[in-house]
Amino acid sequence: MLWPLFFLVTAIHAELCQPDAENAFKVRLSIKTALGDKSYAWDTNEEYLFKAMVAFSMRKVPNRGATEISHVLLCNVTQRVSFWFVVTDPSKNHTLPAVEVQSAIRMNRDRINNAFFLNDQTLEFLKIPSTLAPPADPAVPVWIIIFGVIFCIVIVAITLLILSGIRQRRRKNKGPSEVEDAEDKCETVIAIENGIPCDALDTKDGCMNEAFMTEGERLTPL
Amino acid sequence: MEKTRPLWTNPLQFVFACISYAVGLGNVWRFPYLCQMYGGGSFLVPYIIMLIVEGMPLLYLELAVGQRMRQGSIGAWRTISPYLSGVGVASVVVSFFLSMYYNVINAWAFWYLFHSFQDPLPWSVCPLNSNHTGYNEECEKASSTQYFWYRKTLNISPSIQENGGVQWEPALCLILAWLTVYLCILRGTESTGKVVYFTASLPYCVLIIYLVRGLTLHGATNGLAYMFTPKLEQLANPKAWINAATQIFFSLGLGFGSLIAFASYNEPSNNCQKHAIIVSLINSCTSIFASLVTFSIYGFKATFNYENCLNKVILLLTNSFDLEDGFLTVSNLEQVKTYLASTYPSKYSELFPQIKNCSLESELDTAVQGTGLAFIVYTEAIKNMEVSQLWSVLYFFMLLMLGIGSMLGNTAAILTPLTDSKVISSHLPKEVISGLVCLINCAIGMVFTMEAGNYWFDIFNDYAATLSLLLIVLVETVAVCYVYGLRRFESDLQSMTGRSLNWYWKIMWAGVSPLLIISLFIFYLSDYILTGTLQYQAWDASQGQLVTKDYPTYVLAFIGLLVASSIMCIPLVALGTFAMRHFKRGDTDPVA
Repeated sequence: MLWPLFFLVTAIHAELCQPDAENAFKVRLSIKTALGDKSYAWDTNEEYLFKAMVAFSMRKVPNRGATEISHVLLCNVTQRVSFWFVVTDPSKNHTLPAVEVQSAIRMNRDRINNAFFLNDQTLEFLKIPSTLAPPADPAVPVWIIIFGVIFCIVIVAITLLILSGIRQRRRKNKGPSEVEDAEDKCETVIAIENGIPCDALDTKDGCMNEAFMTEGERLTPL
Repeated sequence: MEKTRPLWTNPLQFVFACISYAVGLGNVWRFPYLCQMYGGGSFLVPYIIMLIVEGMPLLYLELAVGQRMRQGSIGAWRTISPYLSGVGVASVVVSFFLSMYYNVINAWAFWYLFHSFQDPLPWSVCPLNSNHTGYNEECEKASSTQYFWYRKTLNISPSIQENGGVQWEPALCLILAWLTVYLCILRGTESTGKVVYFTASLPYCVLIIYLVRGLTLHGATNGLAYMFTPKLEQLANPKAWINAATQIFFSLGLGFGSLIAFASYNEPSNNCQKHAIIVSLINSCTSIFASLVTFSIYGFKATFNYENCLNKVILLLTNSFDLEDGFLTVSNLEQVKTYLASTYPSKYSELFPQIKNCSLESELDTAVQGTGLAFIVYTEAIKNMEVSQLWSVLYFFMLLMLGIGSMLGNTAAILTPLTDSKVISSHLPKEVISGLVCLINCAIGMVFTMEAGNYWFDIFNDYAATLSLLLIVLVETVAVCYVYGLRRFESDLQSMTGRSLNWYWKIMWAGVSPLLIISLFIFYLSDYILTGTLQYQAWDASQGQLVTKDYPTYVLAFIGLLVASSIMCIPLVALGTFAMRHFKRGDTDPVA
């Protein structure tokens, strides 16, 4: 007598959970891709854990605190591993609106992933887009800091080179005038050129080589 | 007492300066492209022949002229014949155009270099869209490296007419690039001579490191095999020979006046024949070496993309047919595809348009040159290497060294005639002249940092120097051989260096090289005339790819002006000199 009731219930359940049914979501797992050698087989126990995680997520939604594991229905499990699931209300006649299920899963996506050692790419909820982590944006972009450093170095180097160039030019400008002063002073100060005093060279008589002069003095006077 | 001309501290500085100038970005991003297009290993045959027949003689000619005349390009050609100083002026004008747009490449290299210090590299991931559920649409359609180049670096507009405003980020990098160049040329040969030690040698260090890394990458041998398998039928293609000649010509940087400027700071007894041979050989060997590196990187990138493509197909089939995860592999892909096609024909035919035929050949066939190769293809390969920040920093540092080395030559070509001219150098010190040149170039260069700036860059890159240089070098060769006299030049060189001129050079200068240049010139002209209207590649953000568009009329007029402004210098200055002489003769006539 209970059999017809049982068939009725399963029939209703079967209608609630179907591919592309209203408020149903498809889940796809890629366990071998994610874990390689350490992959586990997908069996009914894993399905139970999945149902538990979904129920846990729904319980966190206000008003849905009474969701039980039996309210989550799975169907069409394939080899891939992929399947469809729906969450029903306590009366088991209607499915909960997709929007609620979606937001609940999104909030707890991390924990669901961790329960299965998977991530957003290997445990996919089709039609539930995952929130992508925004890239870390530091307050000041890194490139401006490095730009600033190199810019300052270049400016400092240019300034140093220009200043040393100016100094060199000033010394050169003083240099030729210093040489000119020295040539003037040569007439008053004795500068030695090749062992002969400069002023000796100025005389019209020519330069007198001291070495020959002394010998000459010795020999000539008669 | 006359101010002595500054000299290189030793001949090695001169050789390094020439190498640093000649070995530039063209060796890295143009030669590998030509090799790929014109038959791989067999392209080396026309390349080496052109090097011996065209490159070495013309390089030796320019160095000899500079060393003999001991002045910049304007003064040197005025000494050869007063009517020909227009050649020098044309060289200066072309160098001026070149330095305007070339430093923008250095600015981009700086930009990428500064961005290489982030983890992950900013061009390896797409930014998220506004509600964080997916990636930016333009980035999805193109690739993350293309997006970073076209949107983040250039912020390119859809066409050349839409100018946009000056982007402050590239503008800052351009200012920094010009300040760096100013720092290097500030003191003339004194500072340039020391800087070229680095700019000439550091790129080789990086290339060697990259060669070792590149050869050990997965899939590198695919690229190398593809490149070096000679396709001998390309030897019969005249375009291969023309492109080899053009590449040698432009790669050595002839006609800009930089080589004349560098050689003018030499001791008169310097053996420039030996140096000419060394520099041209090193330039060509560097091209071949750089293409080794480029092709191992190509091979790695192509293999990576090919394997990605296969994995995507596998994933698509696994998901659509709910096959067991890990069942489909690369080896059984074809069998399973036929099985699925027969078992589920309707579903398979639905999927069929999405299943791409992955082919390694087509990945390797994507030949890219220019800024696309340097900033898109290379960055794509780098982001997939381990420790990508290090490789990225090394690579862009090398690009920077290559670019700055060439800039030193360009600015020397402009500054040497200016500092030689007594009118200018008596009023302004060297530092101020260099500063003014850098400032003017930087201000005009801001055009290239606007949103449409890359389109203007392409115009300058394609048209500013090509035709003008061919004409300039032709007039140079003819001037030395026939106006000045080959015998006179030969005896000058003999008294200067003490060595007699080999008959080979005489034949090349007098006959072969001018004929080659004339044929290149005719080819270019006919190419321009036959293609009719000129077109350019514009980036379409909505499709995420390049589309071909026609240039508007005012841009065509600008291109004509660009080419004419340098070429017209030669006849105009000749006419002007003739008129002035006529005037002077007219003034003195009444006296006689």
